[in-house]
Amino acid sequence: MSGLMGKLNQRAAERGIPLSVHIDLTWACNERCVHCYLDHDDHSELSLAELRDLLDQMAAAGVFFLTLSGGEIFLRRDLEQIVRHARLRGFDIKLKTNGMLAGAKEIAWIRELGVHQVQISIYSHRPEAHDAITKVRGSLHRSLRAIRLLRDNGVHVVIACVLMKSNATDFDGVQSLARELDAEFTIDPTITPHWNGDRSPLSLNISRDELSQVYSKESLVGDVAAFRALPGPVDDATLDGTPCSAGHTSCYISPHGNLYPCVQFPLPCGNVREQAFTRIWRDSEKLREVRAIRARDLPVCSGCGHVGSCSRCPGLAYMEGSMYGPSGADCEKAFVRTGLPTANMLRRSGLVQISL
Amino acid sequence: MGADQVSELYPLRAANVAARVFDGEVIVMNPADSSLFNLNETGTAIWQAADGTTSLREIVEREICGVSEIDSDTALADAEEFARALAGHGILLLRTEPA
Repeated sequence: MSGLMGKLNQRAAERGIPLSVHIDLTWACNERCVHCYLDHDDHSELSLAELRDLLDQMAAAGVFFLTLSGGEIFLRRDLEQIVRHARLRGFDIKLKTNGMLAGAKEIAWIRELGVHQVQISIYSHRPEAHDAITKVRGSLHRSLRAIRLLRDNGVHVVIACVLMKSNATDFDGVQSLARELDAEFTIDPTITPHWNGDRSPLSLNISRDELSQVYSKESLVGDVAAFRALPGPVDDATLDGTPCSAGHTSCYISPHGNLYPCVQFPLPCGNVREQAFTRIWRDSEKLREVRAIRARDLPVCSGCGHVGSCSRCPGLAYMEGSMYGPSGADCEKAFVRTGLPTANMLRRSGLVQISL
Repeated sequence: MGADQVSELYPLRAANVAARVFDGEVIVMNPADSSLFNLNETGTAIWQAADGTTSLREIVEREICGVSEIDSDTALADAEEFARALAGHGILLLRTEPA
């Protein structure tokens, strides 16, 4: 994070400003990715009028960074009108899409409206591997065509590669593809549970050995030795720290208007059809509880040597049973990264007892 | 460039940049190169008044000289330097005729 971004986040947190909001415009999708955590049925999506009103409220509340995602956003016929309204309200706009429905006309308005970034998921450079994950034949070809068109029009593209068993060794190929297409590359080695509580997608997660290979790539993690170093001592500043921006300076709104701390944190805090955005942001008891949590309040993690360097996701912890608990996926990452077991792992093994 | 020439500039916020008043100051993101700017109080006043129809001289007289003791020539020269810097980053347009 740049110095200015860090300062903005800090000031936003101090003043209770929701700096970033992620809206899923629809959960409908033209792909059926094997690891998807969403329910694709329509539960009455926010209309264009409702979204315009919501964007007006968000702008007034100080929201600056806006992510529009799905589902597949181009399945909304009013997407261009939504983005035009967001541009009028001054947001920094990021779109997440598979790009399969983005042709020359769509890409022309994306460029015209100054969309900052378009993120497209590419799972493999091998068509058979990518298409097996999306369950749509020809999907890699169509997504790559959109990326080329976007780049030809000067639009900043991020290629996101979620790693799972079937594409565990393909990140080099996707990274090369990103270089060739002059796109940014990002990787995510975490598969999350389905929002309905089904944890079966977790079986798709890559193995420890495969994750260790990812963590050994300088092109992905930077200085490998520093990245994999043992954690430093835990001090009061660490224990008084907050876990991430979820609910503090950012939140997520579903296609049906439900507001949550994050897209990976399905704790319902209110609905923008029933209450004003600012009222939920300011007054939700659940958001207040999320904001009050400090590392020292976490019964297991506060006693863990990784607490100062762990990427613990409170949303994943919530999906595991408690937002005060550990996130198993992040314990795995901390262990694979450093070789040092987490307090949660030791507790589970019975080697250490922790009173909860 | 002298103050007389500065008076003929009409600044206009670029259409495709993202901007928000944040804690009393404007932050601007230029999507073309992902550069982020945080304008101070004076820069914020100029930015908000940059509608393409008001000259830089009018903006300076109204937004800066009207609320501080700085002399108008110095304020105008500083404002021009600031406006040209933003124009160099592509987030402000400087026109010689009102829109």
